[in-house]
Amino acid sequence: MVTLNDLSVGDSAIIVAVHGDDGIAVRLMEMGLIDGEPIELIGLAPLGDPMEFAVRGYRLSLRRDEAQRVEVQRG
Amino acid sequence: MAIGFRCDVTKLSASKSSEGKQSFVRLLPFADPHLHRRINNLQQDLVMGLESSMSTVAFIGNPNVGKTTIFGRLTGTQVRVGNFPGVTVEKKVATVDWDGQRIRLIDLPGTYSLSPRTVDEMVAVDVLLGRQPDVGAIDVVVCIVDAANLERNLYLVSQLLDVNVPIVLVMNMWDTAEDRGISTDLSALSGRLEVPVIKTKGHRGDGLNDLKQAILTRLTSGETPAAPRVFPQAFYDACEELRDKLLVAGVDETSPYLLERLILDAGGHAESRLSHGQDVTSTLTDIRRRLAEQQCPVPAIEARSRYAWVRQVLDGIVSRPPVSVKRFSDRVDKVLTHRVWGPLIFIGLMFVVFQSIYAWAGPAMDGIETGQFWVAEQIESVVQAGPLRSLLVDGIVAGVGSVVVFLPQIAILFCFIAILEDCGYMARAAFLMDRLMTRIGLSGKSFIPLMSSFACAIPGIMATRVIENRRDRMVTILIAPLMSCSARLPVYLLLIAAFVPATSYLGGWVGLHGLVLFAMTFLGAAVAIPVAWLLKTFVFPGETPPFVMELPAYQCPSVRVVTMRVVDRCKAFLYRAGSLIFATTVLIWAAGSFPGDHTELYAVQNQIESGDGREQLIVRRNELSANLLEQSLLGRVGKAIEPVVKPLGWDWRIGVGALASFPAREVIIATLGTIYRLGGDIDESDEGLQRSMQLSTWPDGTPVFDLAVALSVMVFFALCAQCGATLMVIKRETNSWRWPLAAFVYMTLLAYVGALVTYQITHALLT
Repeated sequence: MVTLNDLSVGDSAIIVAVHGDDGIAVRLMEMGLIDGEPIELIGLAPLGDPMEFAVRGYRLSLRRDEAQRVEVQRG
Repeated sequence: MAIGFRCDVTKLSASKSSEGKQSFVRLLPFADPHLHRRINNLQQDLVMGLESSMSTVAFIGNPNVGKTTIFGRLTGTQVRVGNFPGVTVEKKVATVDWDGQRIRLIDLPGTYSLSPRTVDEMVAVDVLLGRQPDVGAIDVVVCIVDAANLERNLYLVSQLLDVNVPIVLVMNMWDTAEDRGISTDLSALSGRLEVPVIKTKGHRGDGLNDLKQAILTRLTSGETPAAPRVFPQAFYDACEELRDKLLVAGVDETSPYLLERLILDAGGHAESRLSHGQDVTSTLTDIRRRLAEQQCPVPAIEARSRYAWVRQVLDGIVSRPPVSVKRFSDRVDKVLTHRVWGPLIFIGLMFVVFQSIYAWAGPAMDGIETGQFWVAEQIESVVQAGPLRSLLVDGIVAGVGSVVVFLPQIAILFCFIAILEDCGYMARAAFLMDRLMTRIGLSGKSFIPLMSSFACAIPGIMATRVIENRRDRMVTILIAPLMSCSARLPVYLLLIAAFVPATSYLGGWVGLHGLVLFAMTFLGAAVAIPVAWLLKTFVFPGETPPFVMELPAYQCPSVRVVTMRVVDRCKAFLYRAGSLIFATTVLIWAAGSFPGDHTELYAVQNQIESGDGREQLIVRRNELSANLLEQSLLGRVGKAIEPVVKPLGWDWRIGVGALASFPAREVIIATLGTIYRLGGDIDESDEGLQRSMQLSTWPDGTPVFDLAVALSVMVFFALCAQCGATLMVIKRETNSWRWPLAAFVYMTLLAYVGALVTYQITHALLT
């Protein structure tokens, strides 16, 4: 399974699913991470975590363990 | 009939306690929610006795859409800041007069969604539903969205439509959207949503008159848009079923939105509030299981359905440039979050912030003190030495001074925070620092509040508002007072100069004085790490909060917005903590003055002031003050606790000094001055005080102070919550007495144990 955590800076992907049904999963979906949505890894914080993504026309920061919950298909 | 009725009610319409909504309204059909609301209002009016006829307008929106700016521009300086009862959520209310109509405006906290998981998140939903007793019914909701980021913003709008309230939609940051080449057909959007849409440029104030007019029009028409059917039919059937089951269980839940929330938010706040035994929980579990079987899995179905609806609404009415252009913001980010430059720029910025709190607040604080002395002198020149003067000068003027003296630091810190927030850098600061802060169990958002606390914990604690997660915010608030603030410095300087040998190492480059000062400054921060861990593990257990955060586009900060925030914070501090800080100062003055017969002291003082400059008079005065302090409640308690402080190496004098400094730690210098018969008007570099302390002995003649005692006192001051103002600010920020009490107890225990260990170890090593 490929997740957002596996992308390199500049990679684009299509979201396949957000795993789990706890508060974090709900928050990720509320922010627009829905299956079928394209997403791109824009950059990383200096220590490699968190990560900055472009999705639905805005910039979103996720920690690596949150990014790991989002399954994607490389675009 | 409906129209005639509406006209009658508009005059009477009011927004008050939601207590009145009972019984017969429930029997009416829900075909016209507006009518329903008006009847509610009318019913409340009857209950409340028609005490006011003000309409209420609530403002809601995602974070970073400029909601606060628009709210501030519409209300000016009329905003009252408080808390919603029982929670840590800030309540901002203003009353305005538009075209002769008195309207109450309420600013709700920025949120991405209305799916309450905690009691704090529930407040916004309760307000919108008219169920918040201290707010009452809402007549219009103004929803502010980012015109450049409609897709995600409409998620909240879709939830709002389900709440069944009259809505005005504000497309803010219209200019940013234009710059990016995004254009939206507003009339088509307005038609599809059945909601008036206004475009604004909040930073420049454009479009605000249109917004006012739209609000006024909605207040009179009260038109409520129809809730779109975003979910599959199975879901609505489940809502109906739930309503029936709840009725059987004795709960008459009429809000379609709350019924939705009950099903969607497993373990959410709506469910926990409705905990009518196992019945409801098992019904909900059953409903959710069946929904999952019908391809309608909870919670995923909500985001999926709502975003699908958003797609439909925006289909064909938003045009954006074909290729995603590399934005200006992204190019700036390449530098500001760069592996090397990012942290360097951040450290540089923080240095500037920190330095200016020290360098700029210092003179302003001195100015306030000079003003305080001037006022005191004026009083002294009019009022003779006596109980009245003592109350005025040492109680009231000192009390007011102890409040106002914090304003420069608050103003400067919030000026920087407002600039950084408004230009979009604040989110990047959290982004940069997050990895480091997760090591102590916090998030990047805690960094700036904690760093600010090194200057003063008060603005630091007030700055924790940027942390929306309650757990992180509470832990940050509770460890912030451990950071070494500038008020601890005089204590360190006095004791180091008097008792730490001026040894230096490495050919004079490293001095023991400097080393001790450094150790004391960072002792609190080091202790804060295990404390934060303990708080996270035992006091606030639960899952790690997500760090799902938007990084807003950079923009030029607006002078007006920054000024507004600074004034807002200063007012909040003065109104909300000022009175309590003042009261504490007056109380400790009373404890240090009574009981005691001050007649001779006043007589001697009047004699000195009448121009008698004899040395022995001053000696006599200082002796009398020392005796009076010793006899006062404070002195008696100090003596009574000597057995408790003796293991720390302290005598009763240090005990009294420490006690007197609980409201404000810098008071110890003046208290020690009084006890050692030097008078209260001295500072930490006073050589007389240093000498008196060096000469101070126990009854058996051995000196009280040595290096071990000095270190023990410093450690105590480093770790103790000796700042009434901080505790009052914690009370105001957490809206509860429990947390200042907790901070006080844990820090005092920590200080005692720390001082004990320091004294016993150092003493054993030195003898």
